[in-house]
Amino acid sequence: MLPMRIVKRQEPLGFGGSFFVIFSALVVSLLLSAFLLFLGGTPPVRGMSVLFQGAFGSRWALEDSVLKAIPIFLCSLGVAVAFRLKIWNIGAEGQFALGAIGATWIALSFPAWPKHFLLPAMIVMAMVGGGLWGLIPALLRQRLKTNEIIVTLMMNYIAILLLDYLVYGVWKDPRSFGFPMTPMFSEQAIVGKIGSTSINWGLAHCLILGLVVWVFFRFTRVGFEIKASGDNVRAARYAGLPYDRLVVLVMVLSGALAGWAGFLEASATVNRLQPSIMVGYGYTAIVVAWLARLHPASIGVAAILLAGLRVGVESLQLDLQVPSAFGGIIEGLILLTVLAGGLFTHYRFAWRRKI
Amino acid sequence: MRVTKVLLALLLTLWVGSAVAAEKEMKVGFIYVSPVGDAGYSYSHDVGRQAVAKMPGVTTSYVEAVPEGPDSERVMQNMARKDFDIIFATSFGYMDSMVKVAKQFPKTVFLHCSGFKMAENMGNYFGRIYQARYLSGIVAGAMTKSNTIGYVAAFPIPEVIRGINAFTLGVRSVNPKATVRVVWTKTWYDPATEKEAGKSLLDVGADVIAQHQDSPGPQEAAEEKGVYSVGYNTDMAKFAPKAHLTAPVWNWGVYYTKVVDAVRKGTWKPEAAWPGMVDGIVDLAPFGPMVPKELQDKVNAEKAKIIAGQQKIFVGPIKDQSGAVKVAAGVLMTDPELLGFTWFVEGVIGNTQ
Repeated sequence: MLPMRIVKRQEPLGFGGSFFVIFSALVVSLLLSAFLLFLGGTPPVRGMSVLFQGAFGSRWALEDSVLKAIPIFLCSLGVAVAFRLKIWNIGAEGQFALGAIGATWIALSFPAWPKHFLLPAMIVMAMVGGGLWGLIPALLRQRLKTNEIIVTLMMNYIAILLLDYLVYGVWKDPRSFGFPMTPMFSEQAIVGKIGSTSINWGLAHCLILGLVVWVFFRFTRVGFEIKASGDNVRAARYAGLPYDRLVVLVMVLSGALAGWAGFLEASATVNRLQPSIMVGYGYTAIVVAWLARLHPASIGVAAILLAGLRVGVESLQLDLQVPSAFGGIIEGLILLTVLAGGLFTHYRFAWRRKI
Repeated sequence: MRVTKVLLALLLTLWVGSAVAAEKEMKVGFIYVSPVGDAGYSYSHDVGRQAVAKMPGVTTSYVEAVPEGPDSERVMQNMARKDFDIIFATSFGYMDSMVKVAKQFPKTVFLHCSGFKMAENMGNYFGRIYQARYLSGIVAGAMTKSNTIGYVAAFPIPEVIRGINAFTLGVRSVNPKATVRVVWTKTWYDPATEKEAGKSLLDVGADVIAQHQDSPGPQEAAEEKGVYSVGYNTDMAKFAPKAHLTAPVWNWGVYYTKVVDAVRKGTWKPEAAWPGMVDGIVDLAPFGPMVPKELQDKVNAEKAKIIAGQQKIFVGPIKDQSGAVKVAAGVLMTDPELLGFTWFVEGVIGNTQ
């Protein structure tokens, strides 16, 4: 018999306690990672320090991490909106693709429009594209009782194939020697960089949208209804909350936010549409949303953490020749320990008394 | 007199010695699109890197599995900031990022594989692997019984299309009845997908499977079904000992060591390098035991012709899939035409979308 047992807490842990749990989980996962480095023959202390230097240790590294965190943050913000209602939108990847497609369509069709007109139009189209890709599974769920996890996941593949179809076909740059890419966007269609940094103005979009989502859930009636319905669907229906309409709403919002990320990636970072724009931000977003327990500010922190991890692993490869798969391993360990640590916010261990 | 000689000799050794000492440690970085354990394309580049690492006074490093696009830009910047003297980026999708980064770091030498853009401090390179593809096509064309050859292709871009065309010309040079069926996986490295694609070709009656991706997946599909296969990038015989006929293979080290040497001597200039079999950068892997001696001799004779410059492969008349003559008799396709290939030659079943 175990010398202890698990007891439910009367009250879930408060902010300080939760913070301590997450922090310890992170430390545990990093210790485990260091141990793996050691097993692989890399000096673990040096390895971990290279990892952090590479991710956050210099101005360049920090900028790179923030830059990479931007699309992850927006996708994650999107899935978090749906997760609040316990609607499992796994389709941020596809919604991201549709956003990029929508924005590209405007950018290629009206390249000469002035910037203050073109960029908003691209954003609107990106949100429409992403939102539409969220709307379809929501309607299918309502009308045909399909499972949104499966439908959103499968629609990712459809979206990627649609993107391929466009860049290999009608949108292909005639001067690209047959390589799959659209022409470069015009100057007006590109979101610029902030001052002398390499970070683009997408960071400002993130801050504003994060704030909007926070306000939406904190202060609006619909936001409250979503949270309440998410906590208990049957009670919400009984209270007369329009659950089905809320499902549609969160899926569209969720898709629109991922679509916005697609717009930023196409406009600010790649400056065109090409298949390699899809690097799995939509899936990373799910990890980030869970790590952050769906809170917008925490999503920001978690996004920078995971983005930094990806950036730092490159330095680890370059300086110490650690295999690239190591990044994925650390990411998995962090998610595992943090989720496992979640046990402690609602439960505690009690020592058995000796009889 | 003697003293002068001794003094001169001393001076000479001193001068040579100091010149050697002045040669600073060169740092050479490589960026790969797939893990080096892929046994294919990135592995072949890494073998080339190891040849560079053996040069005195040179250290090398690499970053693997770098997605094409913004991520590659960051990796290149990171290398340049860490004072790498030469950076080799080995996949097409790194091109625009490399142009951007090359502008930011004018002192670093950038080299991009398989693209077409250049800058003051950036060149591009690739090898005429289509020459080896042509030879492997001869082997496949002679070995097929069903006259259907499967080709598991990566992405519909000129490099891949050119390879399929050269292969098909090789096939049809010995077996005009044979056709080459193409399926696209739209992957560079996805062993499961590529193996499945190989199986789908077996299901339509192909009895030789050729491939373009970096994984030996299609080889394994052929081995399991008991038919033949043609590998790519490296000698893949160990993955399919009973199936593997031969493979067009890379020998990047030849080129990499030359470039590093030129940069060190200060004689390097940006160029679009496209060396071929004559330079040793591309070759054919050893034949499997099932390839008859006469066929081996025949292929080796063709190889000698390619090296001697007598067989240039893309010489008219070349017909397209509809049977229309695209290249008139006796006309040699130019390099820009080859680099921009977007159509299939007669004998290929599939489309270039």
